Amino acid sequence: MLKKVTRVFDENKRFSPEYDEKSTQEIAADMVIKAIGQRTDLSFLGDKSPLEVSPRGTIVADQLTMATNLPGVFAGGDVVTGPWIAIGAVAAGREAAISIDRFFKGEDLAAGREKMKLLPEDEQDYNPIPKNIEQAPRAHMDFRGAEDRRHDFAQFELGLTPEQVAAEGERCLNCGICCECYQCVEVCKAKAPAHDQVAKDLNLNVGSVILAPGFDPFDPSIFETYSYSKHPNVLTSMEFERVLSASGPYQGHLQRPSDGAEPKKIAWLQCVGSRDINHCDNGYCSAVCCMYAIKEAVIAKEHSHEPLDTAIFYMDMRTYGKDFEKYYDRAREEHGVRFIRSRVHTIDPIDGERLRIEYATEDGEAKAEQFDMVVLSIGLQTGPEAIETAKRLDIDLTKYHFTETSSFAPVGTNRPGIFACGSFAGPKDIPQAVMEASAAAGIASIDLAESRGTLTKEVVYPLEKDISGQSPRVGVFVCNCGINIGGIVDVPAVRDYASTLPYVAFVDDNLFTCSQDTQAKIKNAIEEHNLNRVVVASCSPRTHEPLFQETIREAGLNKYLFEMANIRDQDSWVHQGEPEKATAKAKDLVRMAVAKAALVEPLHQVDLDLTKAAVVIGGGVAGMNAALNLADSGYPVHLVEKTDTLGGNARFLLNTWKGEPIAPYVEDLAAKVQNHAGINLHLNSQLTHAKGFVGNFVSTIKTPQGDLSVEHGVAVLATGGHESKPSEYLYGQNQAVVTSLEFDAELKGDPDLPKKMEAVAFVQCVGSREPERPYCSRLCCTHSVESAIKVKENNPEAQVYILYRDVRTYGVREDLYKKAREHGVLFIRYKLEQKPEVAANGQRLTVNAIDHVLGRPVTFDVDRLVLAAAIEPNQVKELAEAFKTPLNAEGFFLEAHMKLRPVDFASEGLYLAGLAHFPKPMDEAIAQANAAAGRALTVLAKDQIRVGGVVATVDPSKCSVCLTCVRTCPYGVPKIKDGAAFIEVASCYGCGACAAECPGKAITLQHFTDAQILAKEKAAFN
Amino acid sequence: MRLQYPTNIKIIQLPCSGRVDILHMLKSFEDGADGVYVAGCMEGDCHFLTGNFKARRKVNYLKGVLAALGIEPERVEMFNMSSAEGPRFAQVAREFTAKIKELGPSPVKKAKAA
Repeated sequence: MLKKVTRVFDENKRFSPEYDEKSTQEIAADMVIKAIGQRTDLSFLGDKSPLEVSPRGTIVADQLTMATNLPGVFAGGDVVTGPWIAIGAVAAGREAAISIDRFFKGEDLAAGREKMKLLPEDEQDYNPIPKNIEQAPRAHMDFRGAEDRRHDFAQFELGLTPEQVAAEGERCLNCGICCECYQCVEVCKAKAPAHDQVAKDLNLNVGSVILAPGFDPFDPSIFETYSYSKHPNVLTSMEFERVLSASGPYQGHLQRPSDGAEPKKIAWLQCVGSRDINHCDNGYCSAVCCMYAIKEAVIAKEHSHEPLDTAIFYMDMRTYGKDFEKYYDRAREEHGVRFIRSRVHTIDPIDGERLRIEYATEDGEAKAEQFDMVVLSIGLQTGPEAIETAKRLDIDLTKYHFTETSSFAPVGTNRPGIFACGSFAGPKDIPQAVMEASAAAGIASIDLAESRGTLTKEVVYPLEKDISGQSPRVGVFVCNCGINIGGIVDVPAVRDYASTLPYVAFVDDNLFTCSQDTQAKIKNAIEEHNLNRVVVASCSPRTHEPLFQETIREAGLNKYLFEMANIRDQDSWVHQGEPEKATAKAKDLVRMAVAKAALVEPLHQVDLDLTKAAVVIGGGVAGMNAALNLADSGYPVHLVEKTDTLGGNARFLLNTWKGEPIAPYVEDLAAKVQNHAGINLHLNSQLTHAKGFVGNFVSTIKTPQGDLSVEHGVAVLATGGHESKPSEYLYGQNQAVVTSLEFDAELKGDPDLPKKMEAVAFVQCVGSREPERPYCSRLCCTHSVESAIKVKENNPEAQVYILYRDVRTYGVREDLYKKAREHGVLFIRYKLEQKPEVAANGQRLTVNAIDHVLGRPVTFDVDRLVLAAAIEPNQVKELAEAFKTPLNAEGFFLEAHMKLRPVDFASEGLYLAGLAHFPKPMDEAIAQANAAAGRALTVLAKDQIRVGGVVATVDPSKCSVCLTCVRTCPYGVPKIKDGAAFIEVASCYGCGACAAECPGKAITLQHFTDAQILAKEKAAFN
Repeated sequence: MRLQYPTNIKIIQLPCSGRVDILHMLKSFEDGADGVYVAGCMEGDCHFLTGNFKARRKVNYLKGVLAALGIEPERVEMFNMSSAEGPRFAQVAREFTAKIKELGPSPVKKAKAA
């Protein structure tokens, strides 16, 4: 019989049903199943318990303290709340425990306690939930049919299908922060997660602080019309870098995120979050995006299997760095990257995958194109943490949140002893950031000179074992690299095979050979089994050889008694589909490594003393700064200047782009150099010869007093450059046509000159970015814009024109471009094939050009035509020959690495700075000079330099003095001494070219001897 | 990138392609190689300035020697590639293997077997 329910819940929304006893219904049934509820069982209290009990049969307890009406008795959980969730019971138990603790201590139970409340939304600690997430329905599981389940009590819910489970997983908003479930520790074979690492406060006493917090990539979500946050195929440039990366989400395969298809057309939009004060406050140019967009386009083309169309939409193409213009030319002409000068307003998603871009061509024609992917070339900005750090340290920032620096102290801040470098000091590319890093180190060394070396610790190795006369005993360690190798290659089989090879005395296999415990195992094995050679079969020697060499050194073996077989990068990774063949190849590679290992010999590096003095060539701003930095750091310097005056080009410049007057700075700098006790100044002098090697150079300086022989450990070449003499636009024929520097000189002589002029025109790229000089001179756009502003400020009535190809006011210099436009300077773009024409017109000049906005010829008369003439390097052929330092095609010094070693020469101990490297403004020249000093200090600060190892040695008895090695060596190292070739250990680079060419086989390259190479080669086949 | 290429490629590491000796390559043929190639830096990008040019010269010289010995000169080649060009490395490995397979076993091996 069923009764009608009149109420299910009471007024407190608790389950408390009431029934209408009169309204009943009878149902005939074979079986009745009761759905049983819960209630508290207080029978243990007995009838006369003084404990207060509610009418619902629950114990009454304080919500906050869990105290009952009886002192010392506390209650919590379902007995108080009635049936409720487990976590509520857990909380009540904890609260009661706190109360009991306080009760025993005689403290107030409630003081300072309050009911736990949900935090306001902005204080809640969870990962932000994306706003544009699509709602997905919850999965519903199937039930067994009613007929089927009426006969038993077996589970009727059939559970979710694997697909449903996966779909449910996808619905996770991933809002949770770490709940310390330790599952990550469980699953990570390398045991990398360390939950016990917590933030610690450290107090350090330091003499200088260098801030290099980097930048945050601009978040383009604020551009509604770019669909960035809505469409998977709109990416930031940073994300696209990952797409191209071998370690990225697609393992380096170019694919469209939405569906994995290979894109056929990709567009790049420049200046997203840069040169923009409408959507954001980043009025500056981010300085790097033009170049990286070109690079991404070229690499994307290389990665693509099908012909890929790439288009870069830009305002000005700013390829102002060394060799950047050539890269731009090649991208356009050889790779076919399309460059479209247009600022795109909207990216329209069409159908599911593609994107539509509407733009206006240079001729004003409206066009639309569809792309598979659009990459937003996002700018650089200082992150909130860096701004916070600056505030904490009282470091002044500019309105764009970059450090406030002087052009004369480019890595300095407003606080002495605190330096800033990299994009925190303004947006910049890698070479510039690397230069500033070395510059900060160089400048910081001045203050730290006295305490240099006082806090350094030296690694102590055990005495090296003498293995001479011992037969080789090789230990082979085969690595699984987690599943990287072990998942494909049968590692135990390779290990067992290794034990059958000649000279192998011990074999083992490891999950991760590079892990710390395996290092200990290797050391133990060396001891226990008296191993005198070690072979590790694992990954690339490029990344891991130094680590394993260190390990065997710690076990008393010479580090050259080591050989690696790369069974991952050269085997398991690249033969994934052929596990059996990969296992066979792994055996081959191990056999080859063991064959060579049996023949390797200990090599000993030698420590040589060095001359702690420097030679700096060039008395311009770069040379003087390098010399002062080195001398202030405590090392004597010979500064060689070929003219009779210090200062170089700086003597002709009016002010920096930030407006600081240059003359007082240069005078002060020259005075410091002249009066410095540590600087030996040689005016009217030139370095004519140099011999020796890092740490031990001997150079000849030709001075008016005669030749001087100087011993030095390092040299900085800062030989400078100069403004070229134009051969066009009537230069040299008409007095109204001058170069930028000549115009500076005119303004210096007569600051009111603009008042006497009605119109002035500047022509950019005169001699730059042309086939005979295919580089951008970097500083001229800023220089001309500055001069144009000067003219306008002196005479607002004057008409000022700048005829340009791209305005390259990179970085924060962009503000000057904006200021010039605000002053009414007219910018007229010309094309290389349609240069402006100039004709004399009495005292004045008539300029003819094509206006790019109107697309029509314009003609105007000017009083002065200022040519932004290309910057050329000074002639340094003799010096380059003396030091064997390479020059590039344009005569600039060639650094060791364009990006990563921008102030080093390939030859150690030699450094470069200033215009001799590439055209650059004064702040960058100073930074590079300090960087050169910083790099040179890494050599000078050592007490000894270590040489030798993988170097070539000569067996004089076999040498027939044929001079082949002398001609072969790219560094001119071999000399003839005592009737045979002689190779100075410290100078040898270890390339082995001489060993390969020597007809008498008198030269051996250590560690790559013919016997070792041939043993390895022979082992490849059996 | 883990680009796949045939397992018959065995790499012998040298400090610079300029270290490769004609003798090394000839010995490889004697020991059973069907083909040998030298992979060096891009021209103009040699870490040791000119090693790759020297390697190319030696490879070209060796081609003449092989021809004189009745061995197909195409069994030895010089390829330039940068360390950033994984796809090119794999492509060269595949193409060179295909070419050598077309040529069949080296005549040295056949002569030795006979």
